[in-house]
Amino acid sequence: MTATGIGASVRRKEDQRFITGKGRYVDDYNRPGQAHASFLRSPHAHATIRAIDTSAAAGMPGVVGILTGEDLAADKVGGLICGWMIHSKDGTPMKAGAHPALAQGKVRYVGDHVAVVIAETLAQAKDAAEAITVDYDVLPAVVETAKAAGAGTVVHDVAPDNTVFNWHLGNQADVEAAFARAAHVTTLDIVNNRLVPNPIEPRAAVGEYDEAEEAFTLYTTSQNPHVARLVLSAFIGIAPENKLRVVAPDVGGGFGSKIFIYAEETVCVWAAKKVGRPVKWTSDRTEAFLCDAHGRDHVTHAELAMDEGGKILALKVHTIANLGAYLSTFSSSVPTYLYAPLLSGQYNIPAIYCEVDGVYTNTAPVDAYRGAGRPEATFVIERLVEVAARELNQDPAKFRRKNYVKSFPHQTPVIMMYDGGDYSASLDKALEIADHKGFPRRRRESARNGKLRGIGFSSYIEACGIAPSQAVGSLGAGVGLWESAEVRVNPTGSIEVLTGSHSHGQGHETTFAQLVSDRLGVPIESVTIVHGDTDKVQFGMGTYGSRSGAVGMSAIAKAIDKVVAKGRKVAAYALEAGEDDIEFKDGRFSVAGTDKSLAFGEVALQAYVAHKFSGAQLEPGLKEGAFYDPTNFTFPAGMHICELEIDPDTGVVTIERFTAVDDFGNVINPMIVEGQVHGGIAQGVGQALFEGALYDSDGQLVTASFMDYRMPRAADLPSFEVGMTVTPCPSNPLGIKGCGEAGAIAAPAAVMNALTDALGHENIAMPATPLAVWRAAQGSPHLRPEAAE
Amino acid sequence: MSAVSLTVNGKAVTADIDPRTLLVQYLRENLRLTGTHVGCDTSQCGACVVHLDGEAIKACTVLAVQCDGRSVTTIEGLASGGELHPMQAAFREHHGLQCGYCTPGMIMTAVDLVRRKGNSLDEHTIRDELEGNICRCTGYHNIVKAIAAGAENMAAEPQKVAAE
Amino acid sequence: MYAFAYHQPTSLKEAVSLLAGEDAKLVAGGHTLIPTMKQRLAAPGTLIDLGKVPDLVGIERSPRSITIGAMTTHGAVADSADVKEAIPALAELAALIGDPAVRHRGTIGGSVANNDPAADYPAACLALGATISTNKRKLTAEEYFTGLFETALEEGEIVTGVSFPIPHKAAYEKFRNPASRYALVGVFVAKRPSDIRVTVTGAGSNGVFRWTEAEEALAKRFSAKSLEGMSPSASGLNSDIHADADYRAHLIGVMARRAVQKAADR
Repeated sequence: MTATGIGASVRRKEDQRFITGKGRYVDDYNRPGQAHASFLRSPHAHATIRAIDTSAAAGMPGVVGILTGEDLAADKVGGLICGWMIHSKDGTPMKAGAHPALAQGKVRYVGDHVAVVIAETLAQAKDAAEAITVDYDVLPAVVETAKAAGAGTVVHDVAPDNTVFNWHLGNQADVEAAFARAAHVTTLDIVNNRLVPNPIEPRAAVGEYDEAEEAFTLYTTSQNPHVARLVLSAFIGIAPENKLRVVAPDVGGGFGSKIFIYAEETVCVWAAKKVGRPVKWTSDRTEAFLCDAHGRDHVTHAELAMDEGGKILALKVHTIANLGAYLSTFSSSVPTYLYAPLLSGQYNIPAIYCEVDGVYTNTAPVDAYRGAGRPEATFVIERLVEVAARELNQDPAKFRRKNYVKSFPHQTPVIMMYDGGDYSASLDKALEIADHKGFPRRRRESARNGKLRGIGFSSYIEACGIAPSQAVGSLGAGVGLWESAEVRVNPTGSIEVLTGSHSHGQGHETTFAQLVSDRLGVPIESVTIVHGDTDKVQFGMGTYGSRSGAVGMSAIAKAIDKVVAKGRKVAAYALEAGEDDIEFKDGRFSVAGTDKSLAFGEVALQAYVAHKFSGAQLEPGLKEGAFYDPTNFTFPAGMHICELEIDPDTGVVTIERFTAVDDFGNVINPMIVEGQVHGGIAQGVGQALFEGALYDSDGQLVTASFMDYRMPRAADLPSFEVGMTVTPCPSNPLGIKGCGEAGAIAAPAAVMNALTDALGHENIAMPATPLAVWRAAQGSPHLRPEAAE
Repeated sequence: MSAVSLTVNGKAVTADIDPRTLLVQYLRENLRLTGTHVGCDTSQCGACVVHLDGEAIKACTVLAVQCDGRSVTTIEGLASGGELHPMQAAFREHHGLQCGYCTPGMIMTAVDLVRRKGNSLDEHTIRDELEGNICRCTGYHNIVKAIAAGAENMAAEPQKVAAE
Repeated sequence: MYAFAYHQPTSLKEAVSLLAGEDAKLVAGGHTLIPTMKQRLAAPGTLIDLGKVPDLVGIERSPRSITIGAMTTHGAVADSADVKEAIPALAELAALIGDPAVRHRGTIGGSVANNDPAADYPAACLALGATISTNKRKLTAEEYFTGLFETALEEGEIVTGVSFPIPHKAAYEKFRNPASRYALVGVFVAKRPSDIRVTVTGAGSNGVFRWTEAEEALAKRFSAKSLEGMSPSASGLNSDIHADADYRAHLIGVMARRAVQKAADR
């Protein structure tokens, strides 16, 4: 391993600009002549619009234009789409209601887009937006996930009972048969709380139209600018792809919420031509709470069947998934194919059956948020397994070990073919790091101080490296999920790597350069990673689902292989040897068995000067591209252990230790990977203890700012203890599995298992706020003095 | 419009501005110092922290006109002579940032913390003092490490601290 | 934010005369007012910044009291050696307001003038028997705090300082709202030469109040044990997503016992 190669904790190349304030985020872009957009948003969760009067507003100072859904319709601008078709059990396609970027006749959630005002200054745009009068006929709101189906009020006419789909996966008959012969059944009712992603950079967009070129440019906070361009071109109809450039520069965190194609950027780019000015919009935090796609929001009933010895026989799950008021870009895939196929967890479960009802409500759209479906699945199986072990009086760690998948490949009953892993190894290492042996002593000590201490496990698995295109196509995906890369070697040996992956905190500029440096033997400083601009990178599917390492870097590796192959040809001519005799190692092409060699940079120069070969023999230049389509998902897995203490007087929970042992396969940069784990854990702990988006019965978002929605803060968390085990991924050339979501997937179950262990009962839901924990502690059997261990 | 004169990163600036201009707007839009960010509307996230006469403040909750006659330091003014401030260097060394958006506010808060509490900071103190800075990426783990190390390095390189 | 006219007077007299203007409002640290204006929930026609009015900043210690100028920041109070020595509970309270950057701007005058029901200072004022000075008169805390965001301040009246008598012992315990970090429940306990006071902020639907049952129990014996099992009635307490009235009532008991313990240990 070199100091900058694969496996080294190279300090990040991108940090220099971030720590000096030189990062370039969308809101830092200002275009000549730019005007500012303010959206008039619905104050009602559900209402028909009788009339919109913009006349007073139009005369306000600085107003450049006011546009409504009528203008969109007149321009034949298409609606926002959901790119994954789900079919119900009966074979009917999901019921997708129209989703115009500005409301047409009806608003369906608080914050829904009614009109846009474009003015010289933002303050003027806001002033004018307030002067628009809208005549609403307010309708009752459908809010509760569990009560949405058949609520009486209809969100979209296409779905008269508010059900988008009744989907299922698995074999019901096998499951029923297994339950019939089960010795023990564990049952749980679970609410997976609704979350607001809250990257600290709010979404922003600057749309621009060039009359001479008849071309649009959109600067936007996107995790996947090419997908945004594809949707804006092919479905929304802004312009053909060759006349639409989408730039996603530095992006301040995404966590899924910046995958989607939203109303605001659609309107900004469309309106730029309409008003003849660049149009800028930057979300404030309240708008982000109201309109960024939320995450999770499941209500689930789950049952686990076991034999006498505690061997799992079958799993049965019924979930109602709240999809909000409209189907966001990938919303339908999240509670279906990103969820049910992971219900097998790390366990050998012979039969699984899962039903999911997707429902509309008058709430913000719900879509992928860090983990997307997999945290929900992990929470179901890991809570069930924990409770089952408790009910059977078995040690939760041993119970898990007994049921682990131990041989690979392993075909689950729910699509996935696990290709490799060693779950016991992660368990062993985690138990050691967490000092599991010392726990009883620590628990006694807590009890002496009047505190309740608990420990909880979470053996998570996720399907990452999204995804084999043919496979996802057969499941309803509207796009392929390969990745592209281009490696451009310059005559002097410096290199640009163009990637379809997008970095918004993941450190691609460093890790991708490490791969190139390692493979081509060039200094890391001479490698530049180019991403986030559709005019520079040919195409790409973007960054989500922990795919950039496994898929994005695999594409780069493939392009590098082509560069080396071409370099070998060039070197053969330059060194006057046969191509088969050329070896490439440590950045040098050499003739086998001789001391004749050329450095990589010298070969690059030869490739460009083209003096040693004719055009008939070889094309000049050294630039290669590759598309990499994975052959399987990847399966990162691990064991997270949470140890916490409850103050029963106040309900305050303190995370005392949090141990994570993950198997991400091969690791390019351990420092960055650990950082991803830390961040994921914080979000998972946030879901378990702090965060919950709450609507009142009228559909008003009660938690619409940081004043009401509790974000994890530094003092809420301990330093984490992170370890790794490595079983290289057999399904991609780099052996990488992906690490971005592990913490968010594993942590909620670990925390809630620890909390219920401390409490001595299972009657508590996420988020376990101090109020909830205080109440739950009243019923704790551990609080009776005789129960103290 | 109101006239305002202040010193930003050591340079005198004057402007005639709408009094409702927040300091952060003035810095970002008038001076194009875009390193100071806005992450919330309620003075909680801390992405906008700058120093006003040497003290950390939230630039989203101060009007530019309120800073008349005073001195502002932003993240762009922290490094001196092309060399990183020890706290900036520590954030890079300890991977105390991911997306970079909260980072300028974190670093400005950390430098102020050292001014008030000294160079030897324990984990508990650092976590408590980050009450007003929210990060969504790092889980704070490496930010805490970076601040502890940066604080120590500031003691070793006092000339840079004085330069701020 | 809506447009407004802005003034930065350099004397109290000038500030008072400007205050007579239509929709005029004072701004001290601005850490409540400016966020409210940003959300367009407040729209003063004229903003009068007290930042350049002299003699409003500073902490003075006399044998029996600590007097704090209205424009003194929370950070200055928290760090003041005089406050820490004379009334450590007051320094601790100031150190629990907001976060370090907020404490560099937020002021005691702004806090008591606003009388937010979840603010911390009102609990200290009422427990310690503070005197609120204005440009016109001096008011006891009981006279001054009149209800939710309500004070006895009249038109053209400006808070100039707050004077806190030094107690024998005192302590403040705060249970923060998990999201906003304002006081969900804050209890200030003061053992004064004349009496014992227990005040509660964050919980009462009518703002800060004295918990007289606890005061009576502590008058018999100043010990956390005297409050064992006690909590005030939940009726009249606030209820929201973070805490219902029962939980608040319970927390008042817990915070009061912890504050008494802390005070007794001093």
